Amino acid sequence: MWKRDEAVKPASGQPAPTPAVPPAPSQQASTPAAPQTDVRRQIERDVVNIGKSVVIKGELNGSEDLTIEGHVEGKIELKDHVLTIGPNGKIKAAVFAKSVIVLGEVNGNVTASEKVDIRDGGAVDGDIVSPRVAIAEGAHFRGTVDMQKKGAQSGQQQKPSGQGGGQQQSQQQPVQQVAQPAGR
Amino acid sequence: MALSDLFSRRRKEPDSDAATDAGAADSPVHPTKALAKFLASLASRTQPRLLDLGPVVGSNVTFFGEQLGCKILVEDLYKDIDRHVREGKIQELPAFFAKRFPQDAGTVDGILCWDVFDYLDKAAATPLAQQLVRILRPEGALLALFSTAEPAAGAAATYTKHMVVDQSSLQHRPYPAARGKQRPVLNRDIQRMFEPLRITEQFLLKTNLREVLFRKPADTADTSPAVPAPER
Repeated sequence: MWKRDEAVKPASGQPAPTPAVPPAPSQQASTPAAPQTDVRRQIERDVVNIGKSVVIKGELNGSEDLTIEGHVEGKIELKDHVLTIGPNGKIKAAVFAKSVIVLGEVNGNVTASEKVDIRDGGAVDGDIVSPRVAIAEGAHFRGTVDMQKKGAQSGQQQKPSGQGGGQQQSQQQPVQQVAQPAGR
Repeated sequence: MALSDLFSRRRKEPDSDAATDAGAADSPVHPTKALAKFLASLASRTQPRLLDLGPVVGSNVTFFGEQLGCKILVEDLYKDIDRHVREGKIQELPAFFAKRFPQDAGTVDGILCWDVFDYLDKAAATPLAQQLVRILRPEGALLALFSTAEPAAGAAATYTKHMVVDQSSLQHRPYPAARGKQRPVLNRDIQRMFEPLRITEQFLLKTNLREVLFRKPADTADTSPAVPAPER
């Protein structure tokens, strides 16, 4: 009566195509062992880790997802990728990324084109510019949040600014820019 | 509808004592009348700057960001009060508040004070109010909640996270505090403290809260410079 859907099941002996994202557990079960390890290696290669003992001072640019558990001072730029600051990570830098997940400490301004997510135990001292911001219960945040409306995003490109505390960026902005007459 | 139905409904309503259940996800939701007016006063501005004096609440940041497209500045004064109490420096609070805000005069469009003034005595409340008046731009709005009831003797000291459910309701989530609420501030003292702001709306709620919405008159020109940034 019930017919199993075998459309996604690869033919026996044929390796499954390498997925771009980590496969779901159910899919993994049906994937042969050798290609599975290939997939894992591929994922491990795509996500770079900066370990606890690593200290970087300067500018960090990248074109892949990055997890930081160490210390970084300066500037981090991952325009189209996800930056994760692990529980041991300590960042004293201006951060620019597609998406930023904070579980450690960030002291500096964070600009994300998609989302900033401060998880429980994460701390941000600085200004956030992102269309979506999530701050979990138990997270620490001090600074300003600028959630630009979709229509306003294109007109208000954020310029990279130096590292600094929460008030720096807000003080630099001229008052007139904020207190314009209503345009809506 | 039978009379017994009314009583059974009444029993189902959240008890005010339940509010002391710190951090409960099912904390009571209370109506607010002033919040909608506060939002309306800011809605006419493009990307207004909002100063929130309460603890950081992620859902509030999202709410105000999405509703107003505003720039939100969070300055948790409850944490400052707690720190001063724990360090035994409560007498230094007035001087601390006088230098607390590095913003230039007239640069903030809206201020959410929540109930922070309930935890301050007059000596500390006055410089805080003066600083808020200074940084509020002309025609800007300030929303503050004041308790009208005497603090309950023997009750555990709690602050309250005011989580915005929607424009007309707030969820009150208490959490432990080092200092309890002080004596209620009288109406005339509220007016004097915030001069030259004008009270545009005032609501006395059944929850013993007075919601006060202030407006800074358009002709108020304050050009006093910003105080130096405090140490973090």
